[in-house]
Amino acid sequence: MNITEFTVHELQEKLKNKELTITEITKAYVDRINEKEKDVQAFVTTLTDEAISQAKDIQAKVESGEIKGDLAGIPIGIKDNLCTKGIKTTCSSKMLENFISPYNATVVEKINDENMIDLGKLNMDEFAMGGSTETSYFAKTRNPWNLTKVPGGSSGGSAAAVASNMVPWALGSDTGGSIRQPSSFCGVVGLKPTYGLVSRYGLVAFASSLDQIGPITKDVTDSAILLNLIAGHDKKDTTSVDMPKKDYLKALTGNIKGLKIAIPKEFFGEGINEEVKNKLYEAIETYKKLGAQVEEISLDVAQYALATYYIIACAEASSNLGRFDGIRYTYRTQEFKNLKELYKKSRSEGFGDEVKRRIILGTYVLSSGYYDAYYKKAQQVRTLVTNEFNKAFEKYDVILTPTSPTVAFGIGEKSNNPLEMYLADICTVSVNIAGLPGISIPCGVDSQGMPIGMQLIGNKFCEETILNAAYTFEQEIKFRENYKPEFKGGAK
Amino acid sequence: MSREDYEVIIGLEVHAELSTKTKIFCSCPTEFGASPNTHTCPICMAMPGTLPVLNEKVVEYAVKAGLATNCTISRDSKNDRKNYFYPDLPKAYQISQYDKPLCEEGYVEIDTNEGKKKIRLERIHIEEDAGKLNHDEFGGGSLVDLNRAGVPLIEIVSKPDLRSSEEVEQYLRKLKSILEYIEVSDCKMQEGSLRADVNVSVRRKGDEKLGTRTEMKNMNSFRSITRAIEYEVERQIDVIDDGGKVEQETLRWDDVSGKTFSMRDKEDAQDYRYFPDPDLVAIKLSEEYIEDIKNKLPELPESRKERYLKEFNLSEKDAKLITSSKYLSDLFEEATAICGNAKAVNNWIISDISRILNETEMDPIEIPFDSKQLAKLVMLIDKGTISSSIGKKVLTELFENPKDPEEIIKEKGWIQISDEGAIKEVVLKVIEANPQSVSDFKGGKDKALGFLVGQAMKETKGKANPQMLNQMFKEELTK
Repeated sequence: MNITEFTVHELQEKLKNKELTITEITKAYVDRINEKEKDVQAFVTTLTDEAISQAKDIQAKVESGEIKGDLAGIPIGIKDNLCTKGIKTTCSSKMLENFISPYNATVVEKINDENMIDLGKLNMDEFAMGGSTETSYFAKTRNPWNLTKVPGGSSGGSAAAVASNMVPWALGSDTGGSIRQPSSFCGVVGLKPTYGLVSRYGLVAFASSLDQIGPITKDVTDSAILLNLIAGHDKKDTTSVDMPKKDYLKALTGNIKGLKIAIPKEFFGEGINEEVKNKLYEAIETYKKLGAQVEEISLDVAQYALATYYIIACAEASSNLGRFDGIRYTYRTQEFKNLKELYKKSRSEGFGDEVKRRIILGTYVLSSGYYDAYYKKAQQVRTLVTNEFNKAFEKYDVILTPTSPTVAFGIGEKSNNPLEMYLADICTVSVNIAGLPGISIPCGVDSQGMPIGMQLIGNKFCEETILNAAYTFEQEIKFRENYKPEFKGGAK
Repeated sequence: MSREDYEVIIGLEVHAELSTKTKIFCSCPTEFGASPNTHTCPICMAMPGTLPVLNEKVVEYAVKAGLATNCTISRDSKNDRKNYFYPDLPKAYQISQYDKPLCEEGYVEIDTNEGKKKIRLERIHIEEDAGKLNHDEFGGGSLVDLNRAGVPLIEIVSKPDLRSSEEVEQYLRKLKSILEYIEVSDCKMQEGSLRADVNVSVRRKGDEKLGTRTEMKNMNSFRSITRAIEYEVERQIDVIDDGGKVEQETLRWDDVSGKTFSMRDKEDAQDYRYFPDPDLVAIKLSEEYIEDIKNKLPELPESRKERYLKEFNLSEKDAKLITSSKYLSDLFEEATAICGNAKAVNNWIISDISRILNETEMDPIEIPFDSKQLAKLVMLIDKGTISSSIGKKVLTELFENPKDPEEIIKEKGWIQISDEGAIKEVVLKVIEANPQSVSDFKGGKDKALGFLVGQAMKETKGKANPQMLNQMFKEELTK
């Protein structure tokens, strides 16, 4: 088996047993990037040379005993909206094309502290706005299962890089489904933690009350390992919650007997693709077989979640993106007559259409005279959605839904229809609205061989419950053993 | 119609920089006067991905200010974003407070000709200051200095209860002294750490409805505030008397021309799109927390004044002047404690020191010498080492080049001549040189003695002991 096909916990085993060295592993990934990146285009910045010299350095230090820790020398890819000191952080935008952060995001600090190796910065929808990675200013990332399809978004580069074995795992961010939906499209595991579990410090903000950083991995065990690393209170982010640390790896028992799973019927209705639905029904049967108690419920406010999401997310984005104004570290227009024109032209030229669309929407809903009808109303609905989920979790441990209504769609297929694109988020946004944890794991493929994702939603700070439910299912269906991305439609 | 037919209505929004060591949302120092952009970090420079963390001291200081101005302290408060674009505002929003300020419904009492008057406060809220633009410093462009960005401010909003520029000045002085006393702001107006937006309108006496107001922004001296109000009131009355209407607009006061100019009118009014800052959690204050701050509030000017009347027998007027500034008041108490002569210290402060402060437009906090040095000056006079006229020279010297007064008089050779022989020598010399005055004195004109003493002082460059001179002259002339 090729080194890059191993999961991280397998790599850790092999490093421990001295079957592999850190330099061998890094070299294998660099080779893989050199081989596949031209087809997949998952990276904005690759750090292959740096990675190799870093690997040599870490290898030596591990051998001399200077460095300990079982993540030392493990490579990783980082979504390009996480600030990395001295390395470009572009958010896949012309606006930040040349921006080099003077500081590291807290999660990046944690990765560096473990002496992990950064293979590069991964492509995304511009400022994380989109569901296909097509709004990136730099490149359209392709789905490793079929290169004519999108990888999903906004963490499309992260999911595609993991699926194509160019990185063993990656960090993404999720505001309305941006980790889970691309993970679903690319047949990998994506976890959006509870709002407040992972520090947002250094994550370039899209919608501050919804954004969370999370792992995109090959399997659930790796997801638990990476969550162990990044979870925890950070003094620099007052919205991160101070609570005792958990060991998520220990939660993976493979036993879900008596687990109460709710199936909200609204997530299996109109608009959900039949093949997706059928695969989910099979998964439900598997869960029953594994000893879970499954019941259908109604989550009827969830239908308002999408509208609520777009109002709140755009409102916050319109304010968060104000700092990209052409004055300091951003793109600045060539010619301007006065300050107003400097702002206008820099922002018109530096932002892409989708970003501008959302800034305009968000500005509108916060404007005086409209605030009450939109933003305030959306906050009220947000409370209702949260309450409805809370009520469900009084009775159930896990809520099971599709991650996305469809499998990965074709590149260009929806890029001219923003509303249809927004609908792709329908299964994921309510989780962010309610601040809950959600994980997407592959549960099979459709007739075209494209992966289908299943979403498991848990109660606040109950990541261990959904991780174990996902793990138990994964052990049962063995998706990775049965299906592999084939890079169809390439080499045109 | 004449000015008497109109009533003037003024409301103030006062911004005071809080004297916390660090900024409101990061740990950069707040110190004034550093070279541009040296007191900055990724947070106050609004680098992508950074997040604010609220400085607890800022909340504490604001609550102190609220309690000292009789406000109700909000148990549940929050931060909001005020969105607008300007190069000195790196996030393109200012973190402020919109609908849930920390402090509400207070008042400050001032003295007017008709007695005490309560000026009601609508609210006190916390917010961050913006940076500063340095224009034209380098070849025509503008450069941004973010040292001030994120320096904590409180905004104290009064109700429209002020009726004249005199009341405004009284109110501001009172507010300033309260903030100084509770040590939440150094209130250095020249550095802009206390500044006011002044809202002025006029209406015919008896009218119920308020007139249209204009707002003058960022005023930072008592004199220009008074002048600006006077000018603006006249201007508004003229407009109305000429049959016109006052436009609601923001004005800029120009100190040189003594006029106000329009900055922007109502049409350009900005929509700040306030909304709760999702990066910050709600500010919840417990009863114990508020109670604790209340118990630790220092003595306020009013009660200090009362104490001075009793403890030091100061006149009402003197006590008020001294307690109007915490720095003067501290200077008075400390110097008195050292030298034991409250009356003398009081006299120095209310006469010479106040005069110099006025002449130089200096704020008491900027007085360069300390209480020990002032006490020493008093003691040197009390002991007769120097005369009080030399004392005045020493004081001037203390303002210019502060050091131990004893050293000053030694260096300058100002030690009083109290040697009987030396005094006698001078007296005899003066008597000989002024026969006319001598005969005047002998003829019963007591005034002539003063002239002779003056001459002797002149002769000794003010160093002769005046009591000894007096006595010696009398002795010699009545022989």
